[in-house]
Amino acid sequence: MFSQAMLELIGIGILETLYMTILSSVLAYILGLPLGILLVITDKDGIAPMVTINRIIGFIVNIFRSIPFVILLVALLPFTRMVVGTTLGPNALVVPLVIGSAPYIARLVESSLKEVDHGVIEAAQSMGASPSQIVFKVLIPEAMPSLIMGGAIAVITILSYSAMGGFVGAGGLGTLAINYGYYRYQVNIMLITIAILVLIVQGFQELGGRLMRRFDKRL
Amino acid sequence: MANREPMIELIGLGKTFESKNSYVKALEDINLTIYEGEIFGIIGLSGAGKSTLVRCINYLERPTTGKVIFDKTDLSEVGDRELLKIRQSMGMIFQQFNLLMQRNTLQNICFPLEIAGVSVKDAKKRAYELLDVVGLTDKAKAYPAQLSGGQKQRVAIARALATKPKVLLCDEATSALDPTTTRSILELLREINKNLGITIVVITHEMSVIEEICNRVAIIDESRIAEIGDVEEVFMRPKSKIARQLVFSGANHIDSFVGEDKCRIIFDGRTSFEPVIANMVLECRTPVNILFADTKDIDGKAFGQMVIQLPEDESSKKRIFAYLEMHKIPHEEVL
Ligand SMILES: Nc1ncnc2c1ncn2[C@@H]1O[C@H](COP(=O)(O)OP(=O)(O)O)[C@@H](O)[C@H]1O
Ligand SMILES: [Mg+2]
Repeated sequence: MFSQAMLELIGIGILETLYMTILSSVLAYILGLPLGILLVITDKDGIAPMVTINRIIGFIVNIFRSIPFVILLVALLPFTRMVVGTTLGPNALVVPLVIGSAPYIARLVESSLKEVDHGVIEAAQSMGASPSQIVFKVLIPEAMPSLIMGGAIAVITILSYSAMGGFVGAGGLGTLAINYGYYRYQVNIMLITIAILVLIVQGFQELGGRLMRRFDKRL
Repeated sequence: MANREPMIELIGLGKTFESKNSYVKALEDINLTIYEGEIFGIIGLSGAGKSTLVRCINYLERPTTGKVIFDKTDLSEVGDRELLKIRQSMGMIFQQFNLLMQRNTLQNICFPLEIAGVSVKDAKKRAYELLDVVGLTDKAKAYPAQLSGGQKQRVAIARALATKPKVLLCDEATSALDPTTTRSILELLREINKNLGITIVVITHEMSVIEEICNRVAIIDESRIAEIGDVEEVFMRPKSKIARQLVFSGANHIDSFVGEDKCRIIFDGRTSFEPVIANMVLECRTPVNILFADTKDIDGKAFGQMVIQLPEDESSKKRIFAYLEMHKIPHEEVL
């Protein structure tokens, strides 16, 4: 059905997509996780209330979350060129992927951490735990199952964003689908890339679910 | 108690919660001293301010007025860091247990020791000692989700004791437990008080809990202390309206028998209650109606109270009072 060359292209597309998705996810968490933690602890009912800081972070996060990803992608092109030296290829797409998803991750982390029972935090405070001890020994470990599930959602979202990178020649399955399926009307290529994307999404979701069950001690 | 050192002193303590459009006075002018080694009860109806009070003791809540003096240290004068250190000498347990759900029993007990910077090896050793104290050695590797309510509270107690605190604060610690489990937890608290000499503050809305283990009690009503004294004294001669209400607890409906004279008879363990009523009826030659009874038989002795309806005619009434006086049975007329 496909030529050897086409299969190779698809193979490279898969690798590039996974590369972009995983690298962006890691970098976006490095940015988004601390932001999410800050949103929780600086809340007026948090363990280190700082209302002004909380408002500022919340505001920035909301701005970035309200920009559609394709627009952010284009708007960031000069910045991307400055950081990576080019606007083409997987590495270039990592920049907008990280900036576009970190605020989303911050909100995901925030909602996971807020699920932790306030009584448990109070118990830790009664034992003389400092705010940082509460973050690292109570909030994160207690919210771990939920954080893992949020992680799967974040990775899947980044994957779908990465496909949009096809329009700016970022490489990966998205570029493949657009170049062959959209511009050259090769519907079968489009379908196969969609099928592969579905499988990858399914894979991440399944992995997230398994890890969550493995970590959750609440039975 | 008077010859013991004060452990916790609350002086003119007040707490007001303020937000943009509300203003709640949760505590007002609270003055009390809890002595080393005693089991002190704080009782009140829901919303009276009990939790706020206990949270002020370890400064989880900063009082708006007044002082908390813990073991001779004025908590308003210590820095944040020192406050965290001081909290390690005040254990606390809660109605909802508040265990870390992702940690097993052993890890839960090690938690406050990790906070205090104790080495893993020493923490584990201490945790096993405490598991023995609370009788859960076989549950070391169980997660909270696998434990019953009573077992969870035992883990919470072990955890609260890990850093060898001087005080254990219990906020409605038995309110989520059934009566049998409640009794066993109270028994454990009593043992801890006796064997380890830890001062215990018991917050509850149930008079039975106070009766069971406390030496002294403060009754708190609408943010203020209504009454304070030895448990027996408060129980036998409640002065404030709220104290009477709590002492009667289940018997609030007695107030609805208006126009009829009633008498409350207190059983303080010196008598066995059956002959009291039976003999009284025989001697006074008048039948009495028992409106309410809450008595316990402990080693053949009667503890508790009974409310009887007094006969209509004055002479029978006098005979009953004479009988009670003569036999030195504590009683009071309830109007
Ligand atoms: N953080 C808070 N903010 C505002 N009001 C509060 C807060 N905590 C307690 N209160 C109010 O203070 C009063 C006493 O509450 P609490 O101490 O929890 O009572 P109790 O433990 O005796 O049931 C209640 O009216 C309650 O609504
Ligand atoms: Mg309460």
